[in-house]
Amino acid sequence: MAAPKKAAASPPQDKTDGGSPPEFTREQELKALRDMLLIRRFEEKAGQLYGMGAIGGFCHLYIGQEAVVVGMQMALKQGDQVITGYRDHGHMLATGMDANGVMAELTGRRGGYSKGKGGSMHMFSKEKHFYGGHGIVGAQVSLGTGLAFANHYRSNDNVSVTYFGDGAANQGQVYESFNMAELWKLPVIYVIENNRYAMGTSVSRASAQQDFSRRGVSFNIPGKQVDGMDVRAVKAAGEEAAAWCRAGKGPFILEMQTYRYRGHSMSDPAKYRTREEVEKVRHDQDPIEQVRNRLLAAKVSEQDLKAIDAEVRDIVNAAADFAQHDPEPDAAELWTDVYR
Amino acid sequence: MPIQVLMPALSPTMEKGNLAKWLKKEGETIKSGDVIAEIETDKATMEVEATDEGTLGKILIPEGTADVAVNTPIATILADGESAADLGKASAPARQEKAAESAPPAAAKAEAPQPKAAPSAPQVVAEPDPEVPAGTEMVTQTIREALRDAMAEEMRRDADVFVMGEEVAEYQGAYKVTQGLLQEFGAKRVIDTPITEHGFAGVGVGAAMTGLKPIVEFMTFNFAMQAIDQIINSAAKTLYMSGGQMGCSIVFRGPNGAAARVAAQHSQDYSSWYSHIPGLKVVAPYSAADAKGLLKAAIRDPNPVIFLENEVLYGHTGEVPKLDDFIIPIGKARIVRSGSHVTIISWSNGMTYALKAADELAKDGIEAEVIDLRTLRPMDTETIVNSVKKTGRAVTVEEGWAQSGVGAEIAARIMENAFDYLDAPVARVSGKDVPMPYAANLEKLALPSAAEVVEAAKAVCYR
Repeated sequence: MAAPKKAAASPPQDKTDGGSPPEFTREQELKALRDMLLIRRFEEKAGQLYGMGAIGGFCHLYIGQEAVVVGMQMALKQGDQVITGYRDHGHMLATGMDANGVMAELTGRRGGYSKGKGGSMHMFSKEKHFYGGHGIVGAQVSLGTGLAFANHYRSNDNVSVTYFGDGAANQGQVYESFNMAELWKLPVIYVIENNRYAMGTSVSRASAQQDFSRRGVSFNIPGKQVDGMDVRAVKAAGEEAAAWCRAGKGPFILEMQTYRYRGHSMSDPAKYRTREEVEKVRHDQDPIEQVRNRLLAAKVSEQDLKAIDAEVRDIVNAAADFAQHDPEPDAAELWTDVYR
Repeated sequence: MPIQVLMPALSPTMEKGNLAKWLKKEGETIKSGDVIAEIETDKATMEVEATDEGTLGKILIPEGTADVAVNTPIATILADGESAADLGKASAPARQEKAAESAPPAAAKAEAPQPKAAPSAPQVVAEPDPEVPAGTEMVTQTIREALRDAMAEEMRRDADVFVMGEEVAEYQGAYKVTQGLLQEFGAKRVIDTPITEHGFAGVGVGAAMTGLKPIVEFMTFNFAMQAIDQIINSAAKTLYMSGGQMGCSIVFRGPNGAAARVAAQHSQDYSSWYSHIPGLKVVAPYSAADAKGLLKAAIRDPNPVIFLENEVLYGHTGEVPKLDDFIIPIGKARIVRSGSHVTIISWSNGMTYALKAADELAKDGIEAEVIDLRTLRPMDTETIVNSVKKTGRAVTVEEGWAQSGVGAEIAARIMENAFDYLDAPVARVSGKDVPMPYAANLEKLALPSAAEVVEAAKAVCYR
């Protein structure tokens, strides 16, 4: 066996299809900032609660990747479905799920989205068209293809946004799903969140084809590499992909080049990469700072930005408070929801 | 000496067929490889090729004859120099003709032609089914037809029901269970998939999470092993993990258990595997009426249902109630034969051995009560326990392995609920603890037999 190559130290490329993404309006910038900040502060709080022992099991934080879900959500319309793997808190908040319900699920309380029975990796919301929250790496790809199948069966023009990581992209059922999706022209956007590490294994050590936008080539599925740290680029790519799907042309692959600042899960010491690598991405490419800097350059006052910070902190603090004081599920809940 | 041409069997489960057409006339010259006749079964049309050279001496079975038993002489071939005067001396070769399906076979997954037909089911002296109103008109159907009708009726009733799987549409089903569905419901609702069990099981579950009601056919449950993660981790657990918000109404169906002469990877009983899992319902019918009524119930059920069919039983016929909407509730066992000396509990093809054994035991004055579980999860413990309280003795019969098997579970439930009523330890008859062998004699040894059931029943009766 060849010696593993060293992890690529360069940050995700700024732009991969030339030219700047379309500018956002001030309202769009403000919304993107607010939604990304909510995810970041929520995840920081979840990390704290985990450290305090209030959250158990696995807890995979989304910090650093916020632009991906927020930009994609801005490209969707009512009724479009979202499904992802276990790093799912950001996706839920982006679809508009209630922070209290998500945090209370993390703490295993009755007010959680799954009544405390699912935990961090398994939450759903029919109302917000969020289909989980799946703990088996890659399983959501076939399921998300099934959501698209349902849209096709019902002849509606909704799309399924199926998220998975660079690690899941090596699972066999991903390609079984690609084949069926293209064969049947199913409206599914495969969003590959390439954060460069599958747990501790860098992309270069696990993937023969490291350009994930090309993973659909043998199925004739178009793909695009996107700067996943720039929410504007994400939205633009999401709109292009959604238009392709809604036109009945079948699936589309978006490789979002992104980065997670924290470990794979809370228990990951992240010794497989250097502090400098993480710091460089944070400093040069942070998705939230990019928006904040553009807003300041456009003469939005510090005051207005602080108001957004305060609103978000209030939501997150209230969620943490709720999640720690809501009662645990009733013992009788052990036996419910096995069958209906 | 003239050579007899015998009625060929295309599959291990074929017992008889129709002689559709003769393509050669008496007196015509025949070369090896010539197609001499066409045969039909309820599954397929096939061509009979000559493997000998000579002249077609006499046609013994005229075209248009229905229900010709496998291995019946259908014609005689005269060798060079022989004449019609030699016809009386004809000898039957050991099945010289080979049959070729007119449609292309389903590659490696197709059934191999088999020299011996499976034994037919014993005549069931059935207790009346409480689910069927007295005086109901009955129609005779194969289990294959009963399953097809169940799907067709539910698809007519509910536009959210669709069928997907390998060869279910244009090929009309690898085992012809979906015959005619494509023609009635179209390609949107009867969907041929690529050979991709893991993927299409997941697609089915995803579609079900939105409220559609897929029927996912596995060509056999052996191939469902590729998909078992989606069945258990996604289908069975989602309702619980979502706090009741999102579940899936889906049926996974197909043949399960031992087929004939296909060896270890294609011959396995998954009854205990799936019945282990909370969140799944597991159904395994034996009779044609149950196959229909239970499949309709499974399709309507809001939970994921594993519907275990049996290839050997597909061609067996039974009486099916002629009712507009015949449903058998999931979770209810049926006493198929009443008796007072010993309770024999089985399901699916295990019932073949159980019922044959009950006939044998009756000759020795032992009246066995035979219970067809029909559903493995939820298990109808009450019917089992009530019977054992009456008989004091129990024998379980399954094709699967004994360790952690369904028989082990039944024995535990009897011990927990009727220990004081037992006059003997519960006996288990099961498949032998080996992978399924190919050789005919070894395969027979690996499977349970009626003789083993008789022996076990006598042992628990101390006879």
